[in-house]
Amino acid sequence: MPRYAMAIDLSLCVGCAACAVACKMENEVPPGVYNLWIREREVGTYPDLWVEFRPEQCLHCENPPCVPVCPTGASYQTEEGLVLVDPRKCIACGACIAACPYDARYLHPAGHVSKCTFCAHRIAQGRLPACVETCPTLCRTFGDLDDPESPVSKALKEAGRMDVLRPELGTRPKLFYLNAPSKKGLTREKEVRHD
Amino acid sequence: MRVWGWILYGVLAAIGLGGFFLRFATGHQLAGYGSYVPWGLWVAAYIYFIGLSAGAFLLSALVYVFGVRKLEPIAPLALVVALASLLMALVTIWFDLGHMERFYYVYLRPNFRSMMAWMVWLYTAYGLLLLAELYYALRRHLPRYVDRGGITGFLARLLVKGRKTPFTQEEIHRDEGIIKVLGTIGVPLAIAFHGGVGALFGTVVAQDLWHSPIYPILFLTGALLSGGALITAVYVFFWPRKDEEWRELSLFLGRIVLGLILFDLLLEWAEYSIPMWYGVGPEFKALWSTLFGRFWYVYWVFHILIGVVVPIGLLLAWGLRGRVKAIGLASFLVAITFLAIRLNLVIPSLVHPKLEGLMNAYRDHRLVFAYLPTWFEWSVVVFSVALGFTVTYVLVRILPVIEGKLLKEVA
Repeated sequence: MPRYAMAIDLSLCVGCAACAVACKMENEVPPGVYNLWIREREVGTYPDLWVEFRPEQCLHCENPPCVPVCPTGASYQTEEGLVLVDPRKCIACGACIAACPYDARYLHPAGHVSKCTFCAHRIAQGRLPACVETCPTLCRTFGDLDDPESPVSKALKEAGRMDVLRPELGTRPKLFYLNAPSKKGLTREKEVRHD
Repeated sequence: MRVWGWILYGVLAAIGLGGFFLRFATGHQLAGYGSYVPWGLWVAAYIYFIGLSAGAFLLSALVYVFGVRKLEPIAPLALVVALASLLMALVTIWFDLGHMERFYYVYLRPNFRSMMAWMVWLYTAYGLLLLAELYYALRRHLPRYVDRGGITGFLARLLVKGRKTPFTQEEIHRDEGIIKVLGTIGVPLAIAFHGGVGALFGTVVAQDLWHSPIYPILFLTGALLSGGALITAVYVFFWPRKDEEWRELSLFLGRIVLGLILFDLLLEWAEYSIPMWYGVGPEFKALWSTLFGRFWYVYWVFHILIGVVVPIGLLLAWGLRGRVKAIGLASFLVAITFLAIRLNLVIPSLVHPKLEGLMNAYRDHRLVFAYLPTWFEWSVVVFSVALGFTVTYVLVRILPVIEGKLLKEVA
């Protein structure tokens, strides 16, 4: 069984937001809500100053705090490690939104909770997530963490630096940031299991 | 005075019905919360109402389980208030669901790792237990009403199967034994469901402010205080006979309320001072903004001034020296302003971005880390309050809740 993960090489990201647009179209995300966004911030002080772009979305944690809080089991984790929401079971109580440490979930105007699915419907067809396919600088890689030959495993192996968001929570995210250019950067995770 | 009371009720009921209609007609569109702040006034009101219910129930348990005979006259009324408050809480949180029609999924496909699923099951058990306890507390009086017309007569015939002979002492004793068993089950149940609401928040690691082991205890103390204060205010102002017994019991309740205000304050000191002491960390930032941010007055004016300082002053200066109306007013203020504590519990943690800079990623009215309840949200809460009052009033009118008699018989 594959264990899907995504890596984003921040040294290659140009902040074009093509991934956000592709996601919006592919998943028919309605106005006012987003599965994926680009966080932009200035880092450093003059003259040692640059802008960092960081695409953010659901991290498909291995230990997702949003799943056990769901009273109806609408939030669930697939065997491949994708964290998904079944809109038919969701009562939109908002518990998972409050429980997500990354603010990655939102109330869909149709009345259920939604978020990034890693384009599960495309994965099922053997295709890549829309954001990965559309990235003009190939900063995103996707694949099976358990397969050493997968693009994501290779990218992780070759990266000079690898980080995840808020590693101290122990959620074990499967969205990795590679080669973060900022001096402060993200909090470095010391042990990321991708064996 | 009574006329003004009914006018006020009419206005509140009209506002509430407006909110009720809008909730079904427009869904969540008119609410002030969005994607980053998914819970707002309705969730705060829900934990406020459920606390009133748990507190009122635990007060009745002092009589039925622990044998505090002094409180016996108000025990059935406390059960009625507990039932009405439970209804208010469930209706309010039902309105908060995006898919109201799917609420029964929590029964059909529950996830028992979820605290929320546990809550729903425990509320159901508690609601059934309240109905059963009320039945055994009141049925001894029902044979007197079997020959009556109207809903009272119908209920009396239904609940005691047309029996006209009064209950014997032995039968009453047996019913009291049953109530004691039910109450004994109910006490841990009330602790479980209301401590559980505290745990529902406390177990959320993502919310720094909520993630505290003191929450279940804080919720229970708050329930005892707000529920006890509500019952005290209702008793002082609305009890039909203002005799010596009423006066003594009011003084007794006033002392309980004062003790609980001080104990709750002690826990609140722990809740606020420990994360804030060294002035660092995310909890410090959230609590600082609670105390000195844009909505500082919710804490200082509604909670500390009107909910603590004024009631303590009223109780010490007048209430406990024999001016019973001051006890009622102090308790009323405590019960009403407890909503400020609940608001300060739910909102401040949510309005702080968990990821630095996220608020600048997109600009949209749904993607903001700010929250102010809209008039629509308030009107829905008013609906719940009007509903709770209506249920309480109807029950004391049609059932012998007060001293084994109907309201109009003792009024």
